[in-house]
Amino acid sequence: MYRYDEFDAAMVADRVAQFRYQVERRLAGALSEDEFKPLRLKNGLYLQLHSYMLRIAIPYGTLSAQQLRKFAYIARTYDRGYGHFTTRQNLQFHWPRLVDVPDILAELASVEMHCIQTSGNCIRNVTADQFAGAIAGEIEDPRILSEIVRQWSTFHPEFSYLPRKFKIAVSGTTHDRAAVKFHDIGIEIIKNDAGETGYRVFVGGGMGRTPYVGLEIGRFVAPEDILAYLEACMRVYNEYGRRDNIYKARVKILAHQLGADEFRRQAELEFAEIKKAGTLQLPERELARIAAYFAPPEFENLPEESPEFDAALANRDFANWAKTNLTPHRAKGYAIATISLKAIGATPGDASADQMDALAQLMDDFGYEEIRVTHEQNLVLPHVKKRDLPVIFARLKMLDLATANAGLITDIICCPGLDYCDLANARSIPIAQAIQQRFADLERQHELGELKIKMSGCINACGHHHAGHIGILGVDKKGVEFYQIQLGGSGAEDASVGEIMGPGFGKDEIVDAIERVVDAYLKLRMDGERLLDTYRRVGMAPFKNMVYQEQLHAAY
Amino acid sequence: MATPASQMLTANRLPDGQVLYWRGGEWVLELADGEVFTDPKSADAALAAAARFVEKNEVVATYLFDVRVVAGRIVPVKEREIIRAAGPSVRPDLGKQAAHVQV
Repeated sequence: MYRYDEFDAAMVADRVAQFRYQVERRLAGALSEDEFKPLRLKNGLYLQLHSYMLRIAIPYGTLSAQQLRKFAYIARTYDRGYGHFTTRQNLQFHWPRLVDVPDILAELASVEMHCIQTSGNCIRNVTADQFAGAIAGEIEDPRILSEIVRQWSTFHPEFSYLPRKFKIAVSGTTHDRAAVKFHDIGIEIIKNDAGETGYRVFVGGGMGRTPYVGLEIGRFVAPEDILAYLEACMRVYNEYGRRDNIYKARVKILAHQLGADEFRRQAELEFAEIKKAGTLQLPERELARIAAYFAPPEFENLPEESPEFDAALANRDFANWAKTNLTPHRAKGYAIATISLKAIGATPGDASADQMDALAQLMDDFGYEEIRVTHEQNLVLPHVKKRDLPVIFARLKMLDLATANAGLITDIICCPGLDYCDLANARSIPIAQAIQQRFADLERQHELGELKIKMSGCINACGHHHAGHIGILGVDKKGVEFYQIQLGGSGAEDASVGEIMGPGFGKDEIVDAIERVVDAYLKLRMDGERLLDTYRRVGMAPFKNMVYQEQLHAAY
Repeated sequence: MATPASQMLTANRLPDGQVLYWRGGEWVLELADGEVFTDPKSADAALAAAARFVEKNEVVATYLFDVRVVAGRIVPVKEREIIRAAGPSVRPDLGKQAAHVQV
C-alpha cells in the first residue's frame, strides 16, 4: 500500500494548518462566506440540506485497517455514528460541525488521509478497479498509474482553475469495473501486438445533464509518456473548454464538439511540444519505486481446491454468497470477496462505526493489509484464502455485511438524494429500499441474473443512472417527486448511455413499474441473456408496451 | 382551489450548520416555532433584516420558502423543505425529528 513520503506528509499537514486558520478567520468574521466557500470546498466541505458534509478522498479506493478505524472514530466522535461510501470511492460524513472540521482533518492526516481533490474545478481524486492486484488477467495494477496521476495532479498550478471538475479513472483489465468510459479521462491499460504495456486514453465521457461515452483519443500511449499525454489533453481542455456556461463546461462537451480526430490532433500537437521540452517523462526508477508500494502480498502456494470451502457450500446461505460475492483470484487457493453494503432495506453505501471497527478487526485478525471501496458502493477484501472464507462469511453475517447480492437487482447504486443533498430533486434512498424489499427473494434475484439498477435524485447523476441496465432518475414535478426510467445503460467495457422509456412515475408507482420492466424481460429474454442483452436485441418498444399497457389496465 | 402559499425564512447556523427558522427578529430551531408570513412584503422585510445576521457571521444561506398552514400545522409546500425541517426520511433517528436540540 502507498505510504506518504516527506513531501506528501508536509503537504497534508500544511493543508490542515491552513484550513484551521481559515475557519478561525471565518468564525471571527475576517472572511465572508463568499470568500470562505471556495476554501472550504477545496477541503471537501459542503453545506448540504441539513448541515455541513465532509467528503474524504480514498485514493483509488484502497484503505488500511488503521484508516477504517479512524473513520469509525470520526463517525462516533464528530458525526452521527456512520459514513457513506460514494460512487467515486470516497467517504462522506453528513453531519460534521464546521468548528470540528480542522480537528477531523488533523485526525485524517494522522493516518495519511485528507479531503484534497474532492471538490472544486480541479482534477479530482483518481478512481480505479477495486480488484486491482488481485484479479486474474490483469495487465498492470491500475493503482500504480493512479498514484502517479495523483502526484502529478495534486495542486497542479496549471489545472487548479479548470472550466469545471475533472475526473480520471484507470482500469487494468479488459473487463471494466471502473466505468472508465464515463470519465473525463478514462485510461485502460492494454498490451500491443508486440506484448508491450501501454495506455489507451478515452476523453470526454461523462454523465449528468449531457451523458456521453468517452472518445478514444490516445490509442496506445507508452508508459513513460503518459503524464505528458494527459497534460496535453488537459491543455486542450483548459484552453478551449467553455467557461461562460456551467452546463457546457465539462470536457465532454468540447471533445464531442471537436470530434475524436480533431481533439486527438490538438492533443498530439501539445504532446509534441511537451515531449520536445523533455519534461514529464516518467523515469523507470521512479515508476519502479511507486510500483513497489503496490506489490501484492506474498501468496502462499495453496491448492486451488479447499476442503473447508467445499464443505461449507452445503450451507445454503454460504453457497449463495459464494455464488455472487466471490470472484476468482489470480493466485491459486485465493478469492476476492465483495462485501455488500446493500443489505435489504439498508441505505446503499452506508456503514456504521461499529461495522467499520469490526471490519478493521477482521482485517487485523487475518492479516489483511487492505480493504477496497467500489464505485458500486460496496467493499472488497482482495486477497482471501478460500479456506478462510467460511469463517469470514460467518463474521460478516454477524455484522449484517454478508448479503449475497453483488451484481444482482438489489445491489443498487443510489445517491443520497433529497434525504441529504442540497441539489437533489427527489429522494432516492427510500425508492432503492422499496425495490430491494420487492425483490428480496434471493431465488428470484438469481433467476434475473446480473441486473444493475442505478438511481440518481437529480440530473447531476451521482447515482450513475445513465449507466444502469435500469436507470432511475428522480425529478421534481411541481414540488412532487417523480421518477423516470431509462433502459440499456452500461458502465462496463460495453459502455452505453441508457434511453428514457417514457413519462415518469410517482413515488408510489415506480416500484411496480420496475417490476413490470423485469417481467417484460422475463417474457422476452432468450437463453443466457441479461436484461441489458435483451434490451439491446429487442429495443425499447416491447418493454415500453408492457410497462405502460399494464399501467393503463391497472388504472381502469 | 388551494389557498395561496405563505412563506417562511430559513438559514443555516455558521459554526455547526444547524437549520434555523426566523421568528420575530431572531432564529429558532424548529419549523413549528417559526414565523409564517402571509404577505410577500413582510417576508421580504424579514429576509432583508436577516442580512444583519449574515454580516455578523452567525448564519449563512438565508432564503424564503413556501408553506401552507393546514389545520393549524405548518406544512412546507415542497418535499425538500419538509425533509429539511425533519431530517432524512429514511433515518427517523437523525435530524430535528430525532430530538429537540438546545439552542
